[in-house]
Amino acid sequence: MNAHAVGGMPEITYNFAYLDEQTKRMIRRAILKAIAVPGYQVPFAAREMPMPYGWGTGGVQVTAAVLGPKDVLKVIDQGADDTTNAVAIRGFFEKTARVATTTSAVEATVIQTRHRVPETPLAEHQILVYQVPIPEPLRFLEPRETETRQLHALAEYGLMHVKLYEDIARHGHIATTYAYPVEVAGRYVMDPSPIPKFDNPKLDDCPALQLFGAGREKRIYAIPPYTRVRSLDFEDHPFKVQRFAKPCALCAATGVYLDEVILDDKGGRMFVCSDTDYCNGRQVAGHRGEMAAPVGEGA
Amino acid sequence: MSVATSDTSLTSCLATGFIDPVLDGQASFRAAMWALSRPGRVEPIAAALTPPAPLNPEAAALVLALCDYETPLWLDPALARVPEVAAFLRFHTGAPVVEDAAEARFALIAEPLDMPDFFDFAQGSPEFPDTSATLILQVEAFTGGLVLEGPGVQGRAAFGAAPLPADFIARMAENRAGFPLGVDLLLAGPGGVAGLPRSVTVKEG
Ligand SMILES: [Zn+2]
Repeated sequence: MNAHAVGGMPEITYNFAYLDEQTKRMIRRAILKAIAVPGYQVPFAAREMPMPYGWGTGGVQVTAAVLGPKDVLKVIDQGADDTTNAVAIRGFFEKTARVATTTSAVEATVIQTRHRVPETPLAEHQILVYQVPIPEPLRFLEPRETETRQLHALAEYGLMHVKLYEDIARHGHIATTYAYPVEVAGRYVMDPSPIPKFDNPKLDDCPALQLFGAGREKRIYAIPPYTRVRSLDFEDHPFKVQRFAKPCALCAATGVYLDEVILDDKGGRMFVCSDTDYCNGRQVAGHRGEMAAPVGEGA
Repeated sequence: MSVATSDTSLTSCLATGFIDPVLDGQASFRAAMWALSRPGRVEPIAAALTPPAPLNPEAAALVLALCDYETPLWLDPALARVPEVAAFLRFHTGAPVVEDAAEARFALIAEPLDMPDFFDFAQGSPEFPDTSATLILQVEAFTGGLVLEGPGVQGRAAFGAAPLPADFIARMAENRAGFPLGVDLLLAGPGGVAGLPRSVTVKEG
């Protein structure tokens, strides 16, 4: 728990990636079973980490268990590499595992994320680690863990469909826009973590390995590469992602997830890529949105 | 350390474990992880170990990376009849070696042709399918003749290993039919490991 306190003392040596070897083996075994049963939540004995739960301790433990010295780590929070949370986690692994870090989704071999899937398509050698606050997609229907486990065991997902259909009756569409439930490999219903449902299609048939870690609730689950991931929907109300009216104001990208940025107190605003690495890459490549700095003044 | 150096079997155990337990363990785990993530694709695994025969270095690396006092380990008769094998594995992992296959979290099989029925091993429960056994099969070669489909496979993948029992396809079909229960297989052969998780469908090539 005192990693920060001893950080300035060079002679203190950490266990590689902070966790002790027995804990890593336990987490690694959970990861292997999670891969073998796609979408099923494997319980694990989560450890205290030198950061609060809201900071993604589940994701951090999964990353710590998979990371090797040759890995290149990227950490994103809401699509950005430079938030306090992302910087702290990146610094933690630079210090404890001495791995190279990057903001590039192409260069990274391991990407830990909170709330987004990168816009850049992922590749076969990559591992995407999601930080998960609430792993149980049925929790809001049934608070008891013993009961939700039963429902998963029986593949009894009728309640979930009823809830979604009630949404349609009330709103004319399914109102859930984050943590939109998916069915993995035709069997388990899974919470994709609080990513916008815009990102759900990226989980389907993805070449990378996707691992999910929930620290407080002590669960690990996985989607192997090239696995069918279907967002729950109905024949008369098929799953749809939101579309944005205008392209990114900085890089002119379309078909990407945009964040609203308030420019002044007179109601001025613009919509820009939530994925800052993707947006910067496009600007460097010469793409210019309507609010981008003129060429020659830098991005 | 006051280890009795007169015990030659202990000395040889010490000499033949992972050179760097932290990094070698990580690399061996990653090989197993990718193997189960991409069924049928042979992942390279460092084979610097010199375990007592008939335990092969690749299978030994997997056990050293994944097993400890929490994981009862079952050895097939070919391995169980050589006391140095159990001594080596106990020394390097602390895993209890069990005689009842049903108690094992990991099973190490040197002679796949004679291996027990998959149902002799823990299948997991409907609520906790992760409590099933992982079987590590030693093979002499990665070949062809089988076709794989399922999570982790883009379309279809060719695969094969030898030796495997004649009824292997039927066994795997039965294992798949029980999903989400069932055993997961790691095949350890020359220089590599391949994975056949319970989610995979195995057909004649
Ligand atoms: Zn942009």
